[in-house]
Amino acid sequence: MPDLQRSFKVKFNDFMKAGDVSVQIQSILKAIGFEPALIRRVSVCAYESEMNVVMHGGDGDVLLTVGPKSITVDVRDDGPGIDNTELAFQEGYSTATHEHREMGFGAGMGLPNIKKSADAVEVNSKKGKGAHLKMTFKVE
Amino acid sequence: MSRDKTPHIKLGDIMETLRAKIIVGQDKLDLPVKTGCASDLMSDMLRGPTNGSVLLTGLNNIQVIRTSVIAGVVAVILIRDKKPAPEIVSLASEHGLPVLSTPFTMFSSCGRLFNKGLRGIE
Repeated sequence: MPDLQRSFKVKFNDFMKAGDVSVQIQSILKAIGFEPALIRRVSVCAYESEMNVVMHGGDGDVLLTVGPKSITVDVRDDGPGIDNTELAFQEGYSTATHEHREMGFGAGMGLPNIKKSADAVEVNSKKGKGAHLKMTFKVE
Repeated sequence: MSRDKTPHIKLGDIMETLRAKIIVGQDKLDLPVKTGCASDLMSDMLRGPTNGSVLLTGLNNIQVIRTSVIAGVVAVILIRDKKPAPEIVSLASEHGLPVLSTPFTMFSSCGRLFNKGLRGIE
């Protein structure tokens, strides 16, 4: 049994709310009292993937699971899926629109940042069938 | 206790150096600032050790505030006299995140703060 599990909804194209789920996750982890460096890694990954859902995904949900030895963030969306996972993880590769770039995103650093910050990343995606990103962080 | 050797400067010193107006956080002028970073790319902000840093940016949207909260930025400085929209002010206030606006450009703002002793996040 996990110590804590919380799920959140993310809405496609809702830029006013985008990032709010990750800010909530950050406060939950702060309230539990994890190390700041771990909180930063989890929050950054949650935020990058939440922005991906808002910008590219579709409607989705985020599931935070806090266990005794790990924290997991599962992000699922019902969007168009990731066409080429290898390319998506390549620094600088981006399918962002002009609107995304105007907001300071779309530099092709989202998934590379996630890969750098999480202890393990699993991606399951099929074209036209959404995406599932599972990020795991070890709790020392 | 901070272990780094660089002296922290206060938000009030930054405000003075940049001839900035404080929009949110009038009560936080004593806040210590560890480092500075300047970026219009929010993903870059999520890469570095930005905790305790001040962010100089030309972006003026709500994602600047959310990114700063996630990145542990202690204050946001909008360059070229940009004025934030009410929703930006309201979200920043909710998080207790100071927002300032300086008439200087990005380059001049960075130069002034560097001269004052503030260093980057490297």
